[in-house]
Amino acid sequence: MDIKSTKNYLYWLYCQFELITCSYLMEPWEKLLFYTFNITMLVMVLYTAYIFVPVHISTAFQFFLCLFGNQHENAVSIVK
Amino acid sequence: AERVQRSGAGGMERPQPRANGCSGAAHGALRNGYVRGLSAPDTQINHIVHNGGLYKRPFNEAFEETPMLVAVLTYVGYGVLTLFGYLRDFMRYWKIEKCQNTTEREEQKDFVPLYQDFENFYNRNLYMRIRDSWNRPICSVPGAKMDMMERVSHDYNWTFTYTGKVIKDVINMGSYNYLGFAQNAGPCKEAAAKILSQYGVGVCSTRQEMGNLEKHEELERLVARFLGVESAMAYGMGFATNSMNIPALVGKGCLILSDELNHASLVLGARLSGATIRIFKHNNMQSLEKLLKDAIVHGQPRTRRPWKKILILVEGVFSMEGSIVRLPEVIALKKKYKSYLYLDEAHSIGALGPGGRGVVEYFGLNPEDVDVMMGTFTKSFGASGGYIAGKKELIDYLRTYSHSAVYATSLSPPVVEQIITSMKCIMGEDGTTVGKARVQQLAENTRYFRRRLKELGFIIYGNEDSPVVPLMLYMPAKIGAFGREMLKRNIGVVVVGFPATPIIESRARFCLSAAHTREMLDTALKEINEVGDLLQLKYSRHRLVPLLDRPFDETTYEETED
Repeated sequence: MDIKSTKNYLYWLYCQFELITCSYLMEPWEKLLFYTFNITMLVMVLYTAYIFVPVHISTAFQFFLCLFGNQHENAVSIVK
Repeated sequence: AERVQRSGAGGMERPQPRANGCSGAAHGALRNGYVRGLSAPDTQINHIVHNGGLYKRPFNEAFEETPMLVAVLTYVGYGVLTLFGYLRDFMRYWKIEKCQNTTEREEQKDFVPLYQDFENFYNRNLYMRIRDSWNRPICSVPGAKMDMMERVSHDYNWTFTYTGKVIKDVINMGSYNYLGFAQNAGPCKEAAAKILSQYGVGVCSTRQEMGNLEKHEELERLVARFLGVESAMAYGMGFATNSMNIPALVGKGCLILSDELNHASLVLGARLSGATIRIFKHNNMQSLEKLLKDAIVHGQPRTRRPWKKILILVEGVFSMEGSIVRLPEVIALKKKYKSYLYLDEAHSIGALGPGGRGVVEYFGLNPEDVDVMMGTFTKSFGASGGYIAGKKELIDYLRTYSHSAVYATSLSPPVVEQIITSMKCIMGEDGTTVGKARVQQLAENTRYFRRRLKELGFIIYGNEDSPVVPLMLYMPAKIGAFGREMLKRNIGVVVVGFPATPIIESRARFCLSAAHTREMLDTALKEINEVGDLLQLKYSRHRLVPLLDRPFDETTYEETED
């Protein structure tokens, strides 16, 4: 059952996260607080990435294209 | 000169020296600290001759280095717990949450605080969360299997209630029951019961007053004969033996050189004596030699007078690391620099050596070389109390000047009889070979268990032959999780964290016993394997820090393979 083993694996990963960040030892309200904080931070980082990364990549792409474009033109003119 | 091999693969003798790690027999497992390709055969022979042939058998000790990622994640875990600790303390201070630990009464609030709140920070916020792994009540004899009372906590370990159920036949991997003498049936029990009906339980006096029974004299003669020394003296409590007798032996103007990881009783005794204490790195003979040289050359700090006495304090088997002291080298150093040696064999008496006579017999040395041999009867003999053994003049002096002899109640007669019977059993004087069989069974169990755990991929500290097996856990949540998961699977283990160990090196400590059968060990190993996969404890990368066999300089303190 592939789904079952995937689910088991995901549950095991969740257990490892709990053990590493010591949320295994926390009381339920502390866990809630901790997960809320973490998920909020994660959502904010992802949202920022979603907004800014395409803009950055396109700007960088244009910059490099411009740079190589100029070089190409110069090379062409010298050869000619 | 006999050539000693530091060989891989179980300590077998090889006919010719080869660079360890390329033995071909063990393809990936690098035991005993030698790294593949590190030393060419000729340099290796140098190391062995450099030792002067002191060791008659291979000394395989390894402390694998903490993986970097694990160390970082452990600090992350402690960081999160510290933050939540501050949050909880804040809530308790502002009365948002009920404060359940001890505080002063309202009327005393204006006085100087009685309970130092910050020092208990760790206790309140970390220890309390995992407290259910300790102080578990046992309701049977702590043999190879035991019964435990089940308890639950409804307020997160601040209070416990018993459910009334008894968990039966929990495999006991935590008791210091090395030779299996913790029994409630058998010849020891019969003898102790007979003496109980003859002498009663209480002695009601100290050794020097009316508490010196004929039984005590018999015990002391037997202990002296067991260890191969002139004379011995027995005390009622092992901790008190150390802490009360070191002040009688050394005082102001003397120097104590004590190992980094010595037990609290040795540290307390050293501090109570008023002597100057210097610490050398754990089991590191170069560090000890440097301290000895400095002591002889420079003398006392301001006056430059020579030290009255230099006493080296070591333990036979260090109970938190599972390492065995390098006794041949310590004795060679002691003789060279004319100092005295105090050997605490609490865990090694009965557990090491072909006849169970301790670490001196394990290395094949002369007991007369050790000036003060101390040990306890708690571990291998199934009783309580401690002893000090050595030359007759020393013991006669201690009989008069030791605080324990003057003020402490002497050993109870049934306990003395238990020690006498078990010691005679180990020596073979009761006419059977039970004792010898137990010592051999313990050695076999030790080697088997350690080998299997290393093969499974756990990080195990210590010497191949020590019956104390520390398994590294590192992360604080795993300390609690390991204890609970093992109990769910009916195995009782002892987990240790800060402050008994360094903060990131928390561990589970297994104490093997001659009473453990192969099936019990296999069951335990199976469960440990399962829990290890569940909690991901198999950190070992088989990259062991090389043992410091090279000439010592500033750079050889911490080393990795690269």
